[in-house]
Amino acid sequence: MPEGTESASERKTATVWDNFLRISMREAGVAIALVIIVVFFSATAPYFATPENFLKIFVQIAINTVLAAGMTFVILTGGIDLSVGSVLALCTVVGATIMVREDLSPWTSIPLALLACMATGAACGAVNGWVCEKWKLPSFIVTLGMLNVASGLARVVSDNSTITGLPQPFVDFGNQIYFGVLPSIFLIAIIVVLIGWFILRFTVFGRFVFAIGTNEEAVRLSGHNPRIFKIAVFTLSGLTAGIAAMVFLLRLNVGSPIAGIGYELNAIAAVIIGGTSLSGGKGSIIGTLVGACILQVLATGLQLLGAEDNVKPIVIGTVIVLAVVLDTYRNRLLRNLESR
Amino acid sequence: MTTDFKETAPGADPVAIAERDQEHGAGPILKLQGVGKRFPGVVALRNVTFEIERGEGHVLLGENGAGKSTLINLLGGLFPPDEGSIWFNGEPYRPASPFEAFSKGIRVVHQELNLLSNLTVAENLLFEQLPSRRGLVNFREMNRRAAELLAEVGLDISPSTVVSRLGVAQMQLVEIAKALAHESKLLVLDEPTATLTSKEVDRLFEILHRLKERKVTTLYISHRLQEIYEVGDRVTVLRDGQHVTTRPLQGLVIPDIVRLMVGRTIADQGVFREDIQPSGEALAVDDLRLTETSPSISFSVRKGEIVGIAGLVGSGRTEAVRAIFGADPKASGTVRVGGRVVTIASPKDAVAAGICLMTEDRKQQGLLLDMSCAENITITDLKRLSRRGLLDRTTENAASETLVASLRVKTPTIFHKVGTFSGGNQQKVVIAKWLYRGSSALICDEPTRGIDVGAKAEIYELMGRLAAEGRGILVVSSDLPELMSICHRILVFSNGRIAGEVPRAEFDQNRILSLAYEEYGRARGN
Repeated sequence: MPEGTESASERKTATVWDNFLRISMREAGVAIALVIIVVFFSATAPYFATPENFLKIFVQIAINTVLAAGMTFVILTGGIDLSVGSVLALCTVVGATIMVREDLSPWTSIPLALLACMATGAACGAVNGWVCEKWKLPSFIVTLGMLNVASGLARVVSDNSTITGLPQPFVDFGNQIYFGVLPSIFLIAIIVVLIGWFILRFTVFGRFVFAIGTNEEAVRLSGHNPRIFKIAVFTLSGLTAGIAAMVFLLRLNVGSPIAGIGYELNAIAAVIIGGTSLSGGKGSIIGTLVGACILQVLATGLQLLGAEDNVKPIVIGTVIVLAVVLDTYRNRLLRNLESR
Repeated sequence: MTTDFKETAPGADPVAIAERDQEHGAGPILKLQGVGKRFPGVVALRNVTFEIERGEGHVLLGENGAGKSTLINLLGGLFPPDEGSIWFNGEPYRPASPFEAFSKGIRVVHQELNLLSNLTVAENLLFEQLPSRRGLVNFREMNRRAAELLAEVGLDISPSTVVSRLGVAQMQLVEIAKALAHESKLLVLDEPTATLTSKEVDRLFEILHRLKERKVTTLYISHRLQEIYEVGDRVTVLRDGQHVTTRPLQGLVIPDIVRLMVGRTIADQGVFREDIQPSGEALAVDDLRLTETSPSISFSVRKGEIVGIAGLVGSGRTEAVRAIFGADPKASGTVRVGGRVVTIASPKDAVAAGICLMTEDRKQQGLLLDMSCAENITITDLKRLSRRGLLDRTTENAASETLVASLRVKTPTIFHKVGTFSGGNQQKVVIAKWLYRGSSALICDEPTRGIDVGAKAEIYELMGRLAAEGRGILVVSSDLPELMSICHRILVFSNGRIAGEVPRAEFDQNRILSLAYEEYGRARGN
C-alpha cells in the first residue's frame, strides 16, 4: 500500500517537529518568563546585570534547587513532601557533627559526612513513603509529622546548639568559584538536576513516576506494584534533602537544628512555578530549575530596586499564583499544538 | 454565522416564525442547521442538519467516532459549535454552560457517569436544587423525594447510600433518576443501557413511555439496535461526522440500519470460530470464595476456548474475575494457569502467571488517559524494552506501531494521548497493551461496552484470533446475544454463585436468563 507508507513517513516528520514544538513550549513557557524578568530587572535595577550579582543569585538558589529536584519526583506521583526543610536541618547537624570530630582527618570525615547526610535523608524519606503506603495515608499528613519528628531529632543530635568549626578544605571548596561566575555549590545543584532529568526522561523508573501520577490504579492493574515506586520517590526526596544539607554546610559552614525552616515551601513553589501539576503526572525538572531561578531573581531584583522587605513576599506570592494561572493557558495552547 | 438570521428577509424572519412556533407549541423542538465542530486534528461534525419533532422518541445512531458524543455535548452546553446554528424550542440555542442547557430544558445523561461519588444517592439526585430552608438542607424532605425517584427507576437502595459503594449499573440508574428529578423538555440519553441488564432495561423503557405521555421529547443513543424499536419513532444516522439520514423507524430493519451506519454490510454470523478445537487447561479456578461466607466458585477454561460469564449486574461476575486477577482480596481458593497452581495476591502476581484482565471501566482502571498511545501499550512490560533500567524508545515505538497497525487503532500517531480516542479505539489500546505483555489467559470484563457495531465486530474477530493462538478467554458481558455468538460455553452467575453452565449446542436466551434469576427467586422465598 503506497498510500500507507507515504502517510507513515509524513507522520514521522510531523512527529519530530511536533515533539520539538511541544518540548520547547513545555520548557520554554517558564523560561521565557524568566528571561522577561531578568531583562526587566537588568533595565531597572542598579547593579542587577553584573557578574557579582549573578554569582550571588547562583549561590542563593543552590539549596532550594536541590530540594526542589527531589520534590519534583514526589509531586509528579501526586504526593507532597513537607518534611524536607527539617530533614535538611537534621542532616546538617549529623554531617557537621562528623566533620568537626578531631580524631578523623578531613579526607575521611568529609566523605563520611556526605554519606551520613545522604543516608539520614534517605532514611527519613523511606519512612515517609513506607508509612504512607503501609497505612494508605495522605503524604501531606505523614510528611507533616516527619517535619516535626526530624526537627526534634535535629535538636537531640545537636544538643540544641549550632555546630561550627568545619574542616578548612571543606570550607574552601564551598567558597570555590569556577569561571568567575559559577560557584561550586551551584554546580552541585546543576548536577543533581541533570541526574533527575535523566532519570525522569530515560529510565523505566521515570516512566513509572509519570504513569503513577496519571493513574495509579491503572498501573496497579497493569501488573505492577505502585507502592514500591512511591516509597522510592519519597526516599529520593529525602536523599536530595541530605545532599541539600551538604550544600547548606558548604555555603554557611554551620550545622544548625533550626536550619531549613520554611524551605519545603520554597521548594514546592519552585516546582509549581516550573509547571509541574500538583495532581501529578505532568511536569518537568528543568521547569523546576527555572522556577527556582525565578523565585530568587525576583527576590534579588526587588531588593536592588529598593523594595521594602515587607513588599517582597507580597510580590513573590502573587507570582506563584500567577504562574499557575498562566500554566493553564499554556496547557490549552499545548493541547492545540499536540493535536495538529 | 449564528447571527446571520437577523439579516434575512422579514417575510421569512426566523425569529418571528420561532415565536409563533413557540406560542403554538408547534414546529420541531430541536433544529440543527449546518452544524459543524472541529477538534484539533479531526472534524467531529460537518454540516449536520436535521430536526427533532416535539414529543417524539428520536434515536441517534452511528459508529464510534461518528460524532454522536460531540453532538450531545453541543446540546449539553459543554462547548459551542464552530459553525451552523441550533434552535431549541423555537429559539436560537447556544448554551454557555451545562447549567444553562439544563435550565433551558435540555437534560443530558452522559455515557460516562458524572456522580459525586462521596455524597449520598439522595444528595446526588437533588444536587441542583437541594430542598432547604434558610440555607440548611432539609434532609428528611431530600430523602423522601430521593426515595420516590429511586422507586420510579426501580432501584432498591437506601437514598442515604454513598454513591461510591454502588455498582456501575446502579450508578447508571441513579443518573437516570437524577434526570427525572426535574422536568425537562428534551431528555438526552447516551447509552443508558450499556451497563443494564434486561430487567432494568425494561424498567427504563417503561419510564420512557411514561415520559412520552407527558410530551417529553427524548433523544436516545444506543449500540443495542434491538432495543431502539422500543423507544424510537424516528432515527437519525451519523457517519464520519456527517448526517446520513433522518427517517421513521417503522419499516426499517436492523441490517438496513447497520448498512446506513457503516456504509457496508457486516456479517453478524461467522464470528464464532468453528475451527478451534479447545484442548488442555488454560485457566482453572477451584473453590474461590470472596469472603468466608460467600458461595464457592469453580470453573475452568481450556486453551483456545472462549467462555462467557452471564448474569445480572451485581451477580458477582466482576467481583469474581477481579478476585481471580488479584485486584481485590479473596478469602480462599486456588487458581491454576496451564495446569500449574499459582499464588495470586496482587495483579502483579496474576500478570506474572500469565493472566490479564481488561477491566470494565477502561478510563478509570485501564488507561493512562493523559499519556501517549505508545506509553499505554508498553506499560505492561517495560522490562522488555529496557536495559539496566534505561528505556529504549526506538524499540518501544516500533512495538507500538506494530500493534497499532495490527489492531487497526485509528490515531494520527502513536504519540497522541489516548484520552482523545473514541471508546472503540481506547478498548483496542487496552487489548494492545495486553497483547504486548503476552499471556495465556485473558479475562475481558464488558469488552464491548459503549463500542459501536463495526469496532465490536473487530474485537470479536480479535478474540477469536487470540483464542486460536491457544489462549483461554473468559468474557464477562451483559450483552447476551454477544456471548451467544462468540462463546463455546456460558457460565451463568446468579447472586454470587454459578447457577449453571450452558454449552454452545444448548444456547438459549430464555434458559440463560432463567438461570440468571434463579438464585434471586430463591432468596425471595420462592
